[in-house]
Amino acid sequence: MTMAGALNAALRDALREDPNVLVFGEDVGPLGGVFRITDGLTAEFGADRCFDTPLAEAGIVGTAVGMAMYGFRPVVELQFDAFAYPALEQIISHVAKMRNRTRGRVGLPMVIRVPYGGGIGSVEHHSESSEAYYVHTPGLKVVTPGTVEDAYALLRAAIDDPDPVVFFEPKRQYWSKAEVELQRGSSHDIGQARILRDGGTATVIAYGPTVATALEAADAAQAEGWQLEVVDLRTLSPLDTETLVSSVRRTGRAVVVHEAPISGGYGAELVAAIQRDCFYYLHAPVVRVTGFDIPYPPARMEHYYLPSVDRILAAVAESLADETQ
Amino acid sequence: MVVIAQAPERNLIQLIDGHGRAVNEARLPSGDLMLAMYRKMLLGRRFDEQATILARQRRLAVYAASRGQEACQVGAAMALQAEDWLFPTYRDSVAIFARGVDPVEVLSYTRGFWHTGYDPYATRVAPQCSPLATHIPHAVGLAYAARLKGDALAVIVLLGDGATSEGDAHEAFNFAGVFQAPVVFFIQNNGYAISVPVSRQTHATSLSERARGYGMDGHTVDGNDITAVHAVLATALAAARQGQGPSVVEAITYRIEPHTNTDDASRYRSDEEVESWRRLDPVKRLETYLRSAGLLNDGLHDELMVEVEALAGEVRERMQQEPSLDPAELFEHVYASPTPPLLRQRAQLLDELRATGH
Repeated sequence: MTMAGALNAALRDALREDPNVLVFGEDVGPLGGVFRITDGLTAEFGADRCFDTPLAEAGIVGTAVGMAMYGFRPVVELQFDAFAYPALEQIISHVAKMRNRTRGRVGLPMVIRVPYGGGIGSVEHHSESSEAYYVHTPGLKVVTPGTVEDAYALLRAAIDDPDPVVFFEPKRQYWSKAEVELQRGSSHDIGQARILRDGGTATVIAYGPTVATALEAADAAQAEGWQLEVVDLRTLSPLDTETLVSSVRRTGRAVVVHEAPISGGYGAELVAAIQRDCFYYLHAPVVRVTGFDIPYPPARMEHYYLPSVDRILAAVAESLADETQ
Repeated sequence: MVVIAQAPERNLIQLIDGHGRAVNEARLPSGDLMLAMYRKMLLGRRFDEQATILARQRRLAVYAASRGQEACQVGAAMALQAEDWLFPTYRDSVAIFARGVDPVEVLSYTRGFWHTGYDPYATRVAPQCSPLATHIPHAVGLAYAARLKGDALAVIVLLGDGATSEGDAHEAFNFAGVFQAPVVFFIQNNGYAISVPVSRQTHATSLSERARGYGMDGHTVDGNDITAVHAVLATALAAARQGQGPSVVEAITYRIEPHTNTDDASRYRSDEEVESWRRLDPVKRLETYLRSAGLLNDGLHDELMVEVEALAGEVRERMQQEPSLDPAELFEHVYASPTPPLLRQRAQLLDELRATGH
């Protein structure tokens, strides 16, 4: 099963179980989406349940607001990270605030799916990590799966959620495979991080596309005799501080990984949470492994930019430097 | 002959002219309905005046008056049926009031206690929208949702001339056309977007002619003739309800007051221009007609004025009462239930208040 297949199954099962679930966006109809995540849904559920819209992201999200107000649970696709920006005003001013503006009377159960992140050798505006814009907006939940199993379970949880969820899909992982049983359960609730690998040397905190990189780094680290603990955040808002803090208190060292630029990035939020709740447990400063403060690079240079296994290992070494002095 | 700021030669739909004379007697609504329109315009205008005073007294943070636009405000509200929805902007308090929403709940928007004071589901009125045009796609989405569920209702979304320049308006028009959503886009062209005249919003000769480009019908109506506004909107809504698709109605009207109580309109328009529009006053116009038709006399007028003053008194009195505020509620309506970070932040605020003796 691929991550794309798991996401498709999640949409299919949600459409089957709840007549109020609708899927719409650009090319999600007969084509099945540019990444084929909605493949076969129009054929199975009809053009009233899964349909193409005009090419206008603010219109897609704005229309979804009205449909959610009337009792539907829209799941909309914004085709690429950077192509979601025209919808930002709708998302920030209305999707995130409708419940608050109406003093709790009008909730918007809707999911905004955004394929995001780099590493696919694409042209500009197709590889960005825009999560910080959304995390900084109260009223939104922000979720990103790092594994095939979570792709299914978290998308189901997002569709069931009474609040709007921005669901970031790590497009580089769409074709990654895993032998998994698709299931839902309380261990997949929104707002729960997960420890994917136990280890005592240091905690590596990752989400979305960098989860696979962190796991690879953990494998490679064994050659150095390091046991890395890998935390997959899964939900960026609200942040599961508890899982994060308990891990870092155990290991005393933390490396935070994301693809987005470093300054003002989500990693800063993680570092702040760690220093506040783990200060007296830390053996070394927390290290960030992130993109640089540059616009996302052209395809042939993106490998210079993306967090890599080597960079994560170098960060672990930096964190361990006090031991070797 | 009055001088009209906008092209006066345009072909406006009109049933009662600027002198209060019937242009098309056969199409006029019943006397009872016209009296009901007159009554609601009087009440709406007094409510609007009272709200402006409350803003001057700082009981409201700000108020965007709609005096001069009562035919549009009341005409739109009265064209709706009970199951229909209204999507208003910040300048449409009178329309919301005319729809039947409690006047003090309407004023909550700028009073500073909570953003929307009324229940959108109970009233079928969406929250008043401050950002321009962003509520228009919401109206389209709700209308299309109703159609998908097989509910025969229609939606009016109010927008101004300025909002037609926003991308969201264009996207909403286009979505409505493609999805044949039962929605009526009611553009109150009041001449100015704060200070910027319509000539800076479009080079087209009218805003309603844009409808054609989206595969919709568009009509331009005399926005100071409530009988015309009501008739055109009621027809458009009926067509929408019957599955004949969306349409655009542009009303030519004028904002007599400044943009808000903090604006100085003398910086961008002349007294003569405002005066010319005062002579086209929508309330006076209907009154002139009703009197000439023998439907209104001094006795009835005085009765109505007693009711109007009672409304103003009630609003004044109720606005004196300060509702109790619960700071813990700030954290209640962000999500369906407060998240762990919000619970921590709520505790922080409450601890802080306890420590300072609040």
